[in-house]
Amino acid sequence: MFTQELNAIYILWLRQIKRYYRARSRVIGSFAQPLLFLFALGYGLGPVYAQAGKGNYIDFLVPGIISMSIIFSGMFSGLAVIWDRQFGFLRETLVAPVSRFSIMLGRTLGGATIAFGQGVFIFIVSLFIGFHVQNWILVIPAFIMMFLIAILFTALGTGMASRLEDIQGFQFIMNFLLMPLFFLSGALFPLTNIPTVLMYIVAFNPLSYGVDALRALLVGTTQFGIGVDFAVVTSVAIVFMVLGAYLFSTIEA
Amino acid sequence: MSTPIIEVTGLSKNFKEFKAVDDISFSVPKGEIYAFLGPNGAGKSTTIKMLTTLLRPTKGSVRVVGVDVLRHPSEARRLFSVMFQEPSLDDELTAYENLEFHGILYGVPSALRRKRIDELLEMVELSKRRDHMVKGFSGGMKRRLEIARGLLHHPRILFLDEPTVGLDPQTRNHLWEYVHVLNKSESITVFFTTHYLDEVDQHANLVSIIDHGVIIADGTVDSIKKETHTDTMEDAYLSLTGKMIREEGSDTSNRSRIMRAFGK
Repeated sequence: MFTQELNAIYILWLRQIKRYYRARSRVIGSFAQPLLFLFALGYGLGPVYAQAGKGNYIDFLVPGIISMSIIFSGMFSGLAVIWDRQFGFLRETLVAPVSRFSIMLGRTLGGATIAFGQGVFIFIVSLFIGFHVQNWILVIPAFIMMFLIAILFTALGTGMASRLEDIQGFQFIMNFLLMPLFFLSGALFPLTNIPTVLMYIVAFNPLSYGVDALRALLVGTTQFGIGVDFAVVTSVAIVFMVLGAYLFSTIEA
Repeated sequence: MSTPIIEVTGLSKNFKEFKAVDDISFSVPKGEIYAFLGPNGAGKSTTIKMLTTLLRPTKGSVRVVGVDVLRHPSEARRLFSVMFQEPSLDDELTAYENLEFHGILYGVPSALRRKRIDELLEMVELSKRRDHMVKGFSGGMKRRLEIARGLLHHPRILFLDEPTVGLDPQTRNHLWEYVHVLNKSESITVFFTTHYLDEVDQHANLVSIIDHGVIIADGTVDSIKKETHTDTMEDAYLSLTGKMIREEGSDTSNRSRIMRAFGK
């Protein structure tokens, strides 16, 4: 019984991976946006940032762009449930003799693995354009944090997709949820001296802690403290997993 | 008579005010080919979805091979196989991968799984295409692959929801041949819906007809024809359900208009 559920999780994970590397245009497309941000902002705003006396902008920016590639890719994989619903494949998994929780878990782990892989890729690219890692040992916990961020956003996407009937809602989520979360996470610019209202949003945004943790581990600067960062991201990821699994289990088709 | 393989008692499904399925009961004996008929929007698909654990009934119970599908959905799911109106394959996987995915989800051990996949691909004549992406398949090939997939875990019941829609006559005949072979050799019970009523004459033995959420007739094909004084299932069906065209969708006002037109 238990091995059966594990096998189901494995095959759902594998399916996500296979579909990803087979869709070449999707692979290229998913790297294009974060790379564009990295190069355009890195080279464009770098001098301004340095003139303001803040130091190396690439060092500041890279943890933010890694997070960006992870959250977009994770959210996108989660929302792919909508496509599976439209193309009918979702039903194949819904009538299978495994728990909905395992199905949701397999999908989420698959999507999160892809998102994590993209984060790692951005990390490697950034080393070639002048990103300095302060301590290579801390790259390991940084990778763990990246995977947690990936889980959090893939689970969020999956949960939302199980409530959406069609692709129309997709743009709405991208523009009114994901973009604001990204811009108000401190990924692109320091969140000091901003209006109090925005400060509250930043404090309630789980991504703020994810970005902060990556910055703490890779660059050595932190706003909230690494302990708080891990506690917040881990607990929100767990809550979203459970909530996503619940929403997924109520899908009727 | 032995205990029925599908037992439906007092099954109802309401969508808000609208009663899509209203207190229906029927049973299907083991080894039958059973046709479940009705106009668009009469409650056919809703019923199939409730029988196959995809939709939660408002009231009533469903048992397949003695297992209560509401209480033990996973156990029940192992015992049947469903082919939906729309294909439910993953287009971006190969034929083989689609079958492998299904086999693993249903817990078929790997050696047995490989052997069965080869046999089934042979049976539906897709062996040469095993490593091709499903995306390039024709409608008929997809249906054949779905049949193969549905049989991989050796189900006791096969649910087919309008299995022959959009298929050419050759593929249709072929599909029915498979169904008969399976029904005979593996004694799989077949429960299907269709709008091609000649298929009922040719392939089914027992029939029930649902309209406005209630079963308006059931029995053997011959008994229904006799009762309605008709020679074909098509005429029998039309005399029972009327000639009015139905609109699909669960729009209540539209439905009550049809009801009024029927003087009900």
